[in-house]
Amino acid sequence: MNDTLTVALAGNPNAGKTTLFNGLTGARQHVGNYPGVTVEKKEGTCEFNGDKLHVVDLPGTYSLTAYSLEEVVARDFLVQERPGLTIDIVDASNLERNLYLALQFLELGIPIVIALNMMDVAESRGMRINAGKLSDLLGVPAVPVVARSGKGRSELMEAALLAAKAQQNRQPLEISYGEDLDSALEEMEPIITRAAFLTDTYPARWTALKYLEADTQILDKGRAANPEVAGQLEKIVERVTSHINTTMETYPEALIADHRYGYIHSIMKQDILQRDDNSDRMYLSDKIDKVLTNRLLGPACMLLVLMGLYHFTFAYSEVPVGWCEALFGWLGGVADAGLPDGLLKSLVISGVIDGVGGVMGFVPIIMFMFFGISILEDSGYLARVAFMLDRIFRIFGLHGSSVMAYIVSGGIAGGCAVPGVMATRTLRSPRERLATLLTAPFMNCGAKLPVMVLLIAAFFADHEALIMFVLTLLAWAVALLAARLLRSTFITGESTPFVMELPPYRLPTVKGLLIHTWERTWQYIKKAGTVILGISILVWAMMTFPGLPDEAAQEFVQQRTAASAAQPAAAQEIDTAEEEAELSAEAEALQEKLDSIDKQEAEAALRNSVAGRFGTALEGISKLAGFDWRTNIALVGGFAAKEVIVSTLGTAYSLGEVDPEESGALPETLAASPGWSPLVALSLIVFVMFYAPCFVVVVCIAREAGSWKWGAFSMAFNTVLAFGLSVAVYQVGGLFM
Amino acid sequence: MKQQHCLRQMREKQKGVIVAVTAKGELGRRIRDMGLVAGAEITVVGRAPLKDPVALRLKDFTLTLRNNEADYITVETEGD
Repeated sequence: MNDTLTVALAGNPNAGKTTLFNGLTGARQHVGNYPGVTVEKKEGTCEFNGDKLHVVDLPGTYSLTAYSLEEVVARDFLVQERPGLTIDIVDASNLERNLYLALQFLELGIPIVIALNMMDVAESRGMRINAGKLSDLLGVPAVPVVARSGKGRSELMEAALLAAKAQQNRQPLEISYGEDLDSALEEMEPIITRAAFLTDTYPARWTALKYLEADTQILDKGRAANPEVAGQLEKIVERVTSHINTTMETYPEALIADHRYGYIHSIMKQDILQRDDNSDRMYLSDKIDKVLTNRLLGPACMLLVLMGLYHFTFAYSEVPVGWCEALFGWLGGVADAGLPDGLLKSLVISGVIDGVGGVMGFVPIIMFMFFGISILEDSGYLARVAFMLDRIFRIFGLHGSSVMAYIVSGGIAGGCAVPGVMATRTLRSPRERLATLLTAPFMNCGAKLPVMVLLIAAFFADHEALIMFVLTLLAWAVALLAARLLRSTFITGESTPFVMELPPYRLPTVKGLLIHTWERTWQYIKKAGTVILGISILVWAMMTFPGLPDEAAQEFVQQRTAASAAQPAAAQEIDTAEEEAELSAEAEALQEKLDSIDKQEAEAALRNSVAGRFGTALEGISKLAGFDWRTNIALVGGFAAKEVIVSTLGTAYSLGEVDPEESGALPETLAASPGWSPLVALSLIVFVMFYAPCFVVVVCIAREAGSWKWGAFSMAFNTVLAFGLSVAVYQVGGLFM
Repeated sequence: MKQQHCLRQMREKQKGVIVAVTAKGELGRRIRDMGLVAGAEITVVGRAPLKDPVALRLKDFTLTLRNNEADYITVETEGD
């Protein structure tokens, strides 16, 4: 074969599609997105008997309707890209329901091979499946496999290559949907064929069927392609629908589903499946669920698992994060020693190295988070979490699975919204997912903590633990209420039906976990990394340019010269002294004086920078919440990363750059400053908790939501909300204080 | 004696056969896609700690749905 054959893998969720895909392609795969949507597209290559195959793992679906993005993506791929062959992975231990999708593939007329996966599980449950008979009845090959162990894989591929040739012109399967619908189909088919209505993509009968099912995507396409024919068809459908409605009190869509199940039932009855007598016995999964979803033990176990996930993500990743920081610290040191003082050095250290370091610093956390969540997802536990928490989260327009994103983002104080936002990928309900990823950044991430600790130490030192606890509760309350608000304003729509499978517990495969983790991490590095580096340089430029005007800079030079000239001996000593050497008391005093001049210069330069001017210009408004221009600049810097607020405040108060972990004299300076009070501190804490997320999170939100619009929205929405809350705190508090 | 009632009213461990599904649109589709159609045998496996959603066992798998979604499903059970 000259052309590379494209093989699509399709099937129900939890049927083992991804396991087979990993088995076929190994590491030769990559993950992207389908154009314009956030559904993941997995592709890879595999070689079989010298033929090179292009393998595409389609999203798992139960059906081929137009209701969910996954289903639209899957069926568009099948009819538009026309893969040479589709392998339908069917869970043999749950044959009847899985055949519902297989039947729809047969009706679509595409070349198809059925992989009867999990034969081992079926056997262990006392089920015996006659694959040969099934294959005869359906008219396409059905090959037993065990995707986990690779058993039957080469037989499957052999059948696939044969079928790709043999089934090029396979006729779509036609089944009866009862007298009324059959005659409607007979009436519609010739109209469609004669007008060549959508026939270049869909078989005529399939289009007619979708019209009866009132499939929105096909109806829209039809109206666009040929309004006249579309009108004709719609009229026929209308007539049949009202007829069925009055005579049988049902509607075509339901009737079609009933007949499909009837057809499957009639096949199953022909000795396809034999069960041992003890078919009533309790499976291992049910026994585990007796404990894990028990009224009392269930929530307790879930709490432990979620705490465990949190601990795993953040505690275990600390060591590699430390390596990253050490590496970039070292690089910064090299640049510091090797480059002459000036703009280039500042750009390289503060813009590039800190920027790349910022991107890479998240990598170990993201890896650990995805590894942990993959275990929960692949084992089937995640579905139980959603099951147990649905009742609570539904109130706020969210999904039970939203809890993962919240916890990782800092629902237990100290998380990070970058992996948190990415954790929403496990959510399959689009509206609930969007609301979750927009509100997860309200949680108290690890970078907000130094700011809180600083302000608490300065103004409420006696109640640190209590205040931190209250702030955690406040974060949850605001996130949930904001989600409710979003779901009734910007993200309206019915809650997505919860009808969800509780898959049997399974031991995840190490290979699957590793591939899953690596793919997602690599995607973050590749896609988010470049944008983040660019913004990092932009923020650096905002805080650096245009620098001090010449006269002002000259004044600081003169001050330094004057100070040195006053104590020539001490100045001489400083110039000649070795690094780290002990200085005399006199030289020490001079050094301090010079440092203080440097710090004043840094403050002046910061105030004159773009960010500084911005902060000063906003003082009129920000005064409502009690913030002066220094705080404003620090908040602008906080867009780079929230802990930068601490170091920028240091510069703004002429203390030089302050290490967020050891804020030194900053708390006392703030406590003594006339512009500050406990009320201002409280207002600022609230603002820092809820205002625009750092730009790394904004980039992730834009990527996960599929549009920069949502990234921009989160910046605007969060800042307005935070400002409103801060003003309320400051103004209402001012009445009592 | 056989009785017809709404799925929401079924007790834990109780078995029944679906008589009718009246949900329309996306919900109706989702329910049918999972094999909840007239004639299907179901057993209530249990309920979430807050009594909602409910977990059902079909022939070879378990699924969950909310109480307000179960309202659209009528089942026939063996009377006590």
